[in-house]
Amino acid sequence: MRPLSLALTAQRARDGTDALTRRRVLIAALFLGVFPWLMPYKALAINVLIYGLYAVGFNLLYGYLGMLSFGHAAFFGTGAYGCGIVVARWGKPWFLAIPAGVFSAAVVALAIGYLAIRTRGIYFAMVTLALAQCVYYVFFQAESLTGGENGLRGVNVRSISLPGVSLNLLRPTTKYYFILFFVVVALWIVSRILASPFGAVIEAIREREARARACGYNVAAFKLITFVVSGALCGLAGALNAIHLSTVPIESLVYETSGLAVIMSLLGGTGTFFGPFVGAAAFLLIQDLTALWTEHWQLIAGAVYMIFVLFFPRGIWGSVLEWLYR
Amino acid sequence: MSGDVILSTIGVTKRFGRFFALRDVTVAFNRGSLTSIIGPNGAGKSTYFNLLSGALSPTTGKIFFEGRDIAALPQHTFAHLGIAKSSQITSVFPELSTVENVRIAAQARRVRYNFWTPRARYIELIDKAQALLEVVGIAHRGDLPARALAHGEQRALEIAMALASEPRLLLLDEPTAGMSPVETRTMMDLIAGLAAKRTVILVEHKMKLVMGISQRLVVLHHGEIVAEGTPDEIRGNDTVRRIYLGGRKF
Repeated sequence: MRPLSLALTAQRARDGTDALTRRRVLIAALFLGVFPWLMPYKALAINVLIYGLYAVGFNLLYGYLGMLSFGHAAFFGTGAYGCGIVVARWGKPWFLAIPAGVFSAAVVALAIGYLAIRTRGIYFAMVTLALAQCVYYVFFQAESLTGGENGLRGVNVRSISLPGVSLNLLRPTTKYYFILFFVVVALWIVSRILASPFGAVIEAIREREARARACGYNVAAFKLITFVVSGALCGLAGALNAIHLSTVPIESLVYETSGLAVIMSLLGGTGTFFGPFVGAAAFLLIQDLTALWTEHWQLIAGAVYMIFVLFFPRGIWGSVLEWLYR
Repeated sequence: MSGDVILSTIGVTKRFGRFFALRDVTVAFNRGSLTSIIGPNGAGKSTYFNLLSGALSPTTGKIFFEGRDIAALPQHTFAHLGIAKSSQITSVFPELSTVENVRIAAQARRVRYNFWTPRARYIELIDKAQALLEVVGIAHRGDLPARALAHGEQRALEIAMALASEPRLLLLDEPTAGMSPVETRTMMDLIAGLAAKRTVILVEHKMKLVMGISQRLVVLHHGEIVAEGTPDEIRGNDTVRRIYLGGRKF
């Protein structure tokens, strides 16, 4: 192929018009379908699903809209507590609890986003961080509801009765596929959004905000909507984590969890569809494998991270794409 | 020459702190005309352009577009009113393909808050983008990312993006800044062609360039209008010659 047609292919992939891009959700679903057998154990595969979704939600805001948030733990945590409280405190079933988690995360995202989108760059990062800390303290203090520093225990969803079948979530494989269902639906939604006219506009805003505004787009509205969708996706990841762990640790809301989304996205490749998922898988694998032989696994994870930031700024998946399309 | 007025500014003043960038500027622009705003550096041309295009709001005064006061409207509404601009500093979406740049601009008036339909489904927008690239002469570059275009081509792309909103009023701020003589000629021909179908207001530093194609000129100096008239009238105006050209013949 001539270089121009290569550039063309790359561009079609970017615009979401080539065959592979149009089938990216199916490809992801098929791969994730066999993924547990590629992992050392099933619980790790479940973690990759959950944190992969978390990073995908974050990447919608950072990679596609271009706004770096340091407060996404607020949405992950609110989603987890929202779902957990409905199950553990109010004794309601999972199919109410998960939407409740997503909804509460979206509400918190609306409030934080409303305040934060007035700023940009480092100020945006600082404002989101500060507001996420506020959310942390609210949940920390509301001990009767959230369990405070001990976290929320007893988020027990042991089995799920669907018409005709009953799923035993104590079996890791069943739990994996239960969670995978939600993750694939979420990926499908993200994929549709990115390929839609709305998705085109948020990339335009990332590229040049002033021009997007001059084209006739209400930039503030697009930012707020994207912020809320991003928060809702991270909330879903949190809700699934609550069901996975049967508890909600207060650590779901700490700023390290916010940082995790940033690290995973950068490691995998921001602004790409699969990048955040690849980054989450890579990060969790590094953590899992190195933690076996040293308690200072963060030194190794940090070194890998630095190598990528310095030499492969497009991240793992971004570099693969670059190599494929040149 | 009192035709149908499309845009007028009445007593427009823009102050930055204690500095008056514009002082009491009153001008009317006729529909279908090509008017150039000229003046030496620091005359307030760009400030005036930013007021007309909605990037800034005047400190005092009114701006009427088709009879409606638009002075305080947010910038993103201007494209929907029928005003589009190409600013002095090239402003495109560098990582997106050239045709996608124009498609996004065209999309703004057709569909905005659709989260679900694949954008490729709006074939008419892609066709429109391609046709506009044809108009500005860079259709063969459509698939390249905008950052890969030459400077002159990027300016042409910006004009295609401005045209995508089907403006009745097109604002251009120094569209030939930084261009080679060949690029400049191509651009001026393009602008003359565009002006045949719509109202164009051109802000330009180089007076010579706009003499041939403008029906009217407005000369700004130190934020105030010092002359206004046809190219011939401006050519013969002593004040203009003194302050703008340092007394040289042109």
